[in-house]
Amino acid sequence: MTWLLENLGAVAGYLASHLTLALPPIALSFLLAVPLGWLANRFRWLRTPLLTGAGLTYAIPSLPLFIVLPIIIGTQTRDPANIIVALTIYGLALMLPLTADGLRQVNPLALDAAKAMGYPPLRRFLTVELPLAGPTLLAGVRVVAVSTVSLVTVGAVLGIPSLGSLFTDGFQRGILAEIVTGIILTVVLALLLDGLLVLLGRVLMPWTRKRPVRTQAQDAVAEVAA
Amino acid sequence: MNYLLDAIAWINDPTHWPGANGIGVRLGEHLAYSVLGVLVACVIAIPAGWWVGHTGRLRGLAVGISGGARALPTLGLVTLLGILFGIGLVGPMVAFIVLALPSVLAGAYSGVESADKQAVDGARASGMTEMQVLLRVEVPLGLPLLIGGIRSAFLQVIATATLAAYVGAGGLGRFLFLGLKTQDYAQMLAASLLVVALALVCDIAFATAQRLASPTRFR
Repeated sequence: MTWLLENLGAVAGYLASHLTLALPPIALSFLLAVPLGWLANRFRWLRTPLLTGAGLTYAIPSLPLFIVLPIIIGTQTRDPANIIVALTIYGLALMLPLTADGLRQVNPLALDAAKAMGYPPLRRFLTVELPLAGPTLLAGVRVVAVSTVSLVTVGAVLGIPSLGSLFTDGFQRGILAEIVTGIILTVVLALLLDGLLVLLGRVLMPWTRKRPVRTQAQDAVAEVAA
Repeated sequence: MNYLLDAIAWINDPTHWPGANGIGVRLGEHLAYSVLGVLVACVIAIPAGWWVGHTGRLRGLAVGISGGARALPTLGLVTLLGILFGIGLVGPMVAFIVLALPSVLAGAYSGVESADKQAVDGARASGMTEMQVLLRVEVPLGLPLLIGGIRSAFLQVIATATLAAYVGAGGLGRFLFLGLKTQDYAQMLAASLLVVALALVCDIAFATAQRLASPTRFR
């Protein structure tokens, strides 16, 4: 605790750059996953390559990806853009299968009803299909947010400042408190973002609150009655 | 693009393969660390996960552990344990086990939970003991999910094994950090490509195992 109080300025700086690195990939992976997930459902032949590709990219370890990526996109090794692009790729790898699933599980009757009411395709997608898939999408974004916040720290090994710098600096100088501070702040930041997303979900999807929660006992009773 | 060719030339250079600091030994170390870490995690987490899945007890705790673990920064854990246990393999090995535990646990309990309730009731009705229900019905039916959990644990550990070299252990990360220190970009990139290739090969092997373990109707 004393270590944190004595180094509050530096830690705040790391926290700020951590957020700058973490927030764009979270937003980007969501914005890319929605159209790609739609394509995976719309064109069946695209489904397997898209979803298998997503699975395989998630298998690539982060530090090697941070190093290989500058070659592919033509940036410098210590450019923060590498981290943002790499983490967007990971986010997309997590998000895409969930998005495709969520969109596929929307009740087709609801879509037929919207069609019958004269909704054009884009409006049908944005106002019926997307909101109905909302809870699944939210679950995906929450996973992406938490893992992105945690992965940003690896960039510190390459000299890109973030809360991960507390790990590399603490290790080099042998300051245990610095490493512990870094771990706690990273976890707290991840959980905080997760909590904000839950709140955002409640505001954007008020109907998910009203759904009656059935307990296991109620399910059993219903089953016996049927 | 030249860097890429240099890196491939570095990997193809026959003098880089043999010896205690050669690619062969480092590759073997990387794989051996990963297998060992995941094995220990399996010994701890599989029985625990099966118990949670079968009895439904402590389920909230298991879900919390396996979900919350995503937030735990790998590099932080590796450096923390590196300082606590000193330079060497003990620190990274403990980190591998800690990181592998949640995925294996999740695979074990969700596999057992996913077993068709009618099949489980049927097994119980035909006079199987609880242990038989677990081992002969729930575990085989949940095998694909368990393998899926071990798969993600293994990939996470392969990735983390790269960082192990940061605190003085071996593995392919050794080349990466050596290249980072000496500004030898070809070596750094070569090490990255080797780790990526290893991870992809292992992932494909696990995907095949997962498919083979599914009951025929799901193939």
